[in-house]
Amino acid sequence: MYPETVGLEPAGDGKLDPVSTGRVGSGRWPAAPVVFVAVGVALAAGGCTGDSSVVSPKGPAAHSVAGLWWPMLVVATAVFTLVAGMLLLAAARGRRKTEDQAKGGAPWGEPFIVIAGVVVSGAILVGFFLFSLGRMRALAESGRNTKLTVSVIGHDWWWEVRYPNGAVSANEIHIPAGVKVRLALATDDVIHSFWVPRLGPKTDMIPGQENTLWLEASEPGIYRGQCAEFCGLQHANMIIRVVADAPADFDRWMAAQAHPAAPSDDAGRGVFETQTCAGCHRIRGTAAQGTAGPDLTHFGGRATLGAGVLPLSPENLRRWIVDPQAIKPGAPMPPTTLAADQLNALVAYLEGLR
Amino acid sequence: MSSDLLLVPTGQPEERLPTVGSGTTNFGWWGMVLFIAVEATLFALLLASYFYLRFRSGPTWPPDGIENPKLKLVLVMSAILWSSSIPVHLAHGAIKRGEQAKLRVYLALGFLLGAVFLALQCGVEYPDILRHEFTPRTDAYGSMFFTITGLHGAHVAVGLLMSAWVQLRARQGAFDRYRHVSVQNFVMYWHFVDVVWVFVLATLYLSPQLG
Amino acid sequence: MTTLAPDIEHLEEAWHETPGLGSFLTTVDHKRIGKRYLYTGLIFLVIGGVESLVMRIQLTHSNLHVLDPETYNQLFSMHGVTMMFLFATPVLSGFGNYLVPLMIGARDMAFPRLNAFGYWVFLGAGLFFYSSFLVHRLPDAGWFNYTPLSDSVYSAGPNVDFYALGLIFVGISTTAGSINFIVTILKMRAPGMSLDRMPIFVWGELAMALTVVFALPALTLANVLLELERRAGFHFFAPASGGQPLLWQHLFWIFGHPEVYLVVLPALGIASAIIPTFCRRPMIGYTYIVLAEMAIALIGFGVWVHHMFATGLPAIGLGFISLTSFLVVIPSGVQIFAWLATMWAGKPVLRTPMLFVAGFIILFVIGGLSGPMLAAVPLDQQVTDSYFVVAHFHYVLVGGAMFPIFAGIYYWAPKMTGRLLHEGWGKVSFWLMFVGFNLLFFPMHILGLRGQPRRTYTYQAGHGWDFLNLLETVGAFVLAVGILVTFVNWVWSAKKGQPAGHDPWRGDTLEWATTSPPAEYNFEAIPTVRSREPMWDQPELGPHGQPPEAGGRTLGGGHNTLGTSLLEAEPEVVAPMPHESPWPLLLTLALTGVFTGLLVRAWVFWAVAAVAAVVSVAGWFWPRGETQET
Repeated sequence: MYPETVGLEPAGDGKLDPVSTGRVGSGRWPAAPVVFVAVGVALAAGGCTGDSSVVSPKGPAAHSVAGLWWPMLVVATAVFTLVAGMLLLAAARGRRKTEDQAKGGAPWGEPFIVIAGVVVSGAILVGFFLFSLGRMRALAESGRNTKLTVSVIGHDWWWEVRYPNGAVSANEIHIPAGVKVRLALATDDVIHSFWVPRLGPKTDMIPGQENTLWLEASEPGIYRGQCAEFCGLQHANMIIRVVADAPADFDRWMAAQAHPAAPSDDAGRGVFETQTCAGCHRIRGTAAQGTAGPDLTHFGGRATLGAGVLPLSPENLRRWIVDPQAIKPGAPMPPTTLAADQLNALVAYLEGLR
Repeated sequence: MSSDLLLVPTGQPEERLPTVGSGTTNFGWWGMVLFIAVEATLFALLLASYFYLRFRSGPTWPPDGIENPKLKLVLVMSAILWSSSIPVHLAHGAIKRGEQAKLRVYLALGFLLGAVFLALQCGVEYPDILRHEFTPRTDAYGSMFFTITGLHGAHVAVGLLMSAWVQLRARQGAFDRYRHVSVQNFVMYWHFVDVVWVFVLATLYLSPQLG
Repeated sequence: MTTLAPDIEHLEEAWHETPGLGSFLTTVDHKRIGKRYLYTGLIFLVIGGVESLVMRIQLTHSNLHVLDPETYNQLFSMHGVTMMFLFATPVLSGFGNYLVPLMIGARDMAFPRLNAFGYWVFLGAGLFFYSSFLVHRLPDAGWFNYTPLSDSVYSAGPNVDFYALGLIFVGISTTAGSINFIVTILKMRAPGMSLDRMPIFVWGELAMALTVVFALPALTLANVLLELERRAGFHFFAPASGGQPLLWQHLFWIFGHPEVYLVVLPALGIASAIIPTFCRRPMIGYTYIVLAEMAIALIGFGVWVHHMFATGLPAIGLGFISLTSFLVVIPSGVQIFAWLATMWAGKPVLRTPMLFVAGFIILFVIGGLSGPMLAAVPLDQQVTDSYFVVAHFHYVLVGGAMFPIFAGIYYWAPKMTGRLLHEGWGKVSFWLMFVGFNLLFFPMHILGLRGQPRRTYTYQAGHGWDFLNLLETVGAFVLAVGILVTFVNWVWSAKKGQPAGHDPWRGDTLEWATTSPPAEYNFEAIPTVRSREPMWDQPELGPHGQPPEAGGRTLGGGHNTLGTSLLEAEPEVVAPMPHESPWPLLLTLALTGVFTGLLVRAWVFWAVAAVAAVVSVAGWFWPRGETQET
C-alpha cells in the first residue's frame, strides 16, 4: 500500500540529497527549541513592568484586569509547552519508526482529538469566559459609584479637560487619589481613545456620542497614557498625563484652576493678546479668548507642553512657539515670528501662569 | 430524452453523456445562484445599515421634518414590477416545452413591465421627491432612501440588459428544450430583483408608517 | 493503454495553447493563471515587506526622524492593504487555482475565462492602488480606514479614494474567483470523489470561497457608502447629519473578521495536505478537520464586534461576542490536535515542507493562545490598539498563513517546474524565517503590555521600549533575508534543481498522478477515485492515465471535462471548455478605465469606459465555436 523506502528519495535521477532520512543537521536540532524557549523566557523576564505598563497596576480597575491576565498567561504557557512538546516528541519518535509502523491503526486518535480539542479546550475557554465576564460586570458595577465627573474632549492632537466647578485645562488631568472619578469622554473631530494603562482599560471617544470611563488611582502619583486610536498625523504624540493628588490637595488645585489668571502687567501678556496666540488660545482674565487650541490660563503649572511632546521649560517653550512644526509636524499651531525680547517676555509670562 | 439532445461517448463502455445541462447540471446556473447570493448579501447589509442609522437617531423618523413616504405611486410601481415576474416565469415554461414564439412574447412583455417600473421611478417618483421633499444630501435618511432605491433600480436596469440579450439570442434560435440555461439564469435573476423589492418596500416605505 | 493513444493525440491538439504574446494575453489555462497569481502575489509580498522594513527602521529607537509622520502613515496603511488584499488572498487563490483542478481530477476550472479575468483584475487593482505612489498620495488612514478620519473633511486628498475604489475593484476579482472555486469544487470532481473523499486542501479553498461570498459585500458596501459621502455629499457616517461613525466599523469588521479566517482556512488546508505525506500515513480525524474548517468559517461571522470592545457598546452585546470569540478557538484547536495525533502515530520526515509546517504549528498556537486573551473583554480593553494585538495577529496571519505558503512552495514548486528546490538552502531559509519572525514579533507582546500603542510613527524615550524595538528591527531583517533565500532558491532550482519526476514526495492526492509539470490537459483520462488517498490505494494511477477498465474516461480527446453530481460525484455532463479569449483582458482594461474615471472625475472618459465594459461583456458571451453559450 505504501512505498517501501524509508524517507523520501526523489524519483528523478541526479545526485541524492545527503540529508534524505529526515534528520535535520547532525542531531543538534533538539537544542534549537530549548534555545528558543530560553530566549523567550529571558525576554519576558526582562519584565513587562514599566511606567505605562498594564501589569504594573496602580488603580483598582487595572488591578482587576491584571488579575485576569496572570492566570491566562500561566495556562497559555502550559498549553504551549504541551503542544510544542508533543510536536517535538512526535518528530523524535518518528526517526526510529518504519513506514509500516507509521501506517498502523491509531484508535486512540479520534478520542484524543475530541477530548483535547473539544472537551478540555472547551472547558478552559468557557471557564475563562465566565471569569472575564465576572470581571467585566464587577468593573461596570464599580463604575456606578463615582464621586466626581471630569469631562475630557479629544482634539487633534490634544486633550481638553473640564472640571465640575467650571475650570478648564488641557492635557494634564488632575484627580484625587483613592477616589473613583468618572470621565465623560467626547471628541471634537475624529475618533480618539483614552488610555492610562496603570489605572485601567481604555475607552474610545466617538463623535456624536458620549462614552464613560471610570478611573481611580490607589495612591498619589503621576500616571502616563496615550491616545490609543489612530487619529491622523500626530496620533503618536498625544500623551496623557494624569496627576493623582491627595484629596485635600486636589480640592485646592481644582478651586485654583477655576480662577482666572492673576492680573498682570507683564509685557508678555501684551504680546499674547496682540499676536496670533489669542486667536486660538484662551487665558481667562485677559483679552485672549480663542477656543481652537488649549486653554492656557494655568499653563505654567503643567509639566509638559504640546500634549506631552516635550517637558515644559523656557528653552522648550521658546522652541515650540517659534516653530511647533519642527517638533510636532502637522500640529494645527503655525510658527510664530517674534523679536527676541518679545519672545522672552512671552515665555516668562506663560511660565508664570500657575 | 429525444434525438435532438447530443450525447457523446466518455471513454467508458456503453456510457454516453449530454454536452449541455440545464439547472443543477449546468455550471452557469450555479454561477448565477452564487452571484445572486452575493447581491442578496449586499442588499441585506444595506437594509440593516438603514435600520442601524434609524434606531441610533432620535425618536422621529423620518427626521428633520420629512414626511412619511408617499404610498400611492410606489404601490402602483410595485404591482407593475411584481406582475412582470408572471410573463418571465411563463417564458421559462415556454422554452422548456420548446415553444419559441411564446418565449419571445413573454420575454418582451416582462421587459416592458420592468421598463415601465424604472420609468416611473426615475421619471415621476424621484423628481417629485427631489423637488418637494429631500435630496440625498439632506441627511442620512435622504442618503439611504436614494442609495437603496437607486441600487435596486440599477439591478433592474441590469436585468433589462440581460433580457435584451436573451431576446436577441432567442431571435437567433439559440434555445430549445434542452439548451436554455441563459433563459433560466435570467429568470432567476429577475425573480431575485422582484423579491428584493418586497424588502425595500417594507423597509423604506412601510416601516416608517408603523413607528 | 494502447486504447488511449489516439485520444491522447486529440487531447494534445485540442488543449494546446500556442506559445507567444497572443496566448500570454488570452490564456485560460488554470495552471498558467495560478502561477501568475503566485508570482504577482509574491511580488506584492516583497513590496509589503519593504514597507514594513522601512517602518521598522523608523521605530528602531525613540524619537527618530527617518520618516515624517505622513509617510509613515502611508506605509502602515499600504502594508496592511498590500499584505491582506494583494499578497495573502491572491497567493492562496493561486495555489487553489493551480491545484484544485488537479486534486479533483478535472481538466480546468468551471469558468476558465472568468479565471483569467480574475487575475487581470487583481493585477489592474494592484497597479491602481500603487499608482497613488506616483503622486505621493498613498492611502494613509490605515487599512481599516475608520471614519470620520477617512471622510472628506479629515482626509481631503485622493488618498482615501484610491483606497475605497481600489478595494471595490479588487473585490470584483475576489468574488469572481470565489464563484469559480465553489462551482468547480462542487460540480467537477472526478467520479467516485464523494465529498468525504475530497482532499482537505480543497475543503479549505471551498470554505474560503463561501466566506468571500457572504463577507466581501460588507466591505464593498462600506466603500461605496464612503465614496458617496466623500464625493457626492451623501451622509452615512458623519453624526451632524444623522450618520454614525460606528456604521463604518460594523460594516468593515463584518467583512474584516471573516477575512482573516478566509486567509487562514486555505493555509490550514496546505498543512493538511503536507502532513499525511510527510508522516507517511493517512490523516487522523479527517471528518473533524473538515467540520472544523466549516465551523471556523461559520462562527467567524459572529465575532466581529470584538474589534470594537472599546467603543462603548452595551454590555450584553459585549458578553455575547466575547463568548463566540472564545468558542471560535475550539475548531482551530481540533485541527491542531488532529495534526499532532497524525504526527504522533506516523513517521514525521523533516524535509523543508514539513519544517515549515512544524514552524507554522508552533507559531499558530502562540497566536491562538493570545487570541482568547483578546476575547476577554476587560483584558482586550487594556491591550487593544497596542503592540500586543499587533503581535497576536501577526502570529496567526504570518505564522498561520505565510509559513504554510512557504511550505506549499517547497512542496508543489517541483510539480510546477519539474525540479525540486534545494533542500539545504530550504532549511536555511526556514531557520532564518523562524528565528527572525520570533525576534520581530514576540517582543511585541511585551511592548504592548508595557503600554506602547500601535499605529504610531514614533515613541518617546524613557519608558523601557527602546531595546525591544531594536531587537524587533533586527528580527525583521533576519526574516527578510530568510524569505529572500527561498526566492533565490526557487529561481535557481527552476533551472538547476534536481529533476522531480511525477511524484517526488510519494504523495496521496491526484496532483501527483500527472507529469511535472502537468500536460496542458492535466489527465489523459479523468480517473475514477475509490479512496481518500487515491495515489496510495490505487496503484494504476500515474502519468499514463487510468485505463477504462479501472474507470478512466478520456472524454473522446476533445476540449472538454466532466461535470459530476454534488454529493457523490456521479458523471452528469461532458462539459466543453472555452479556448483562449481576449475578452477577460479587454473587460479588465475597460473596468480600469471606469475606476480611473471615477477617481479623477473625468466623466466623459468614465462613460466611454463604461460602454466599453458593456461591449466587452457582450463580446465575452457572443456565441463562438463549440462552446455555444446557451
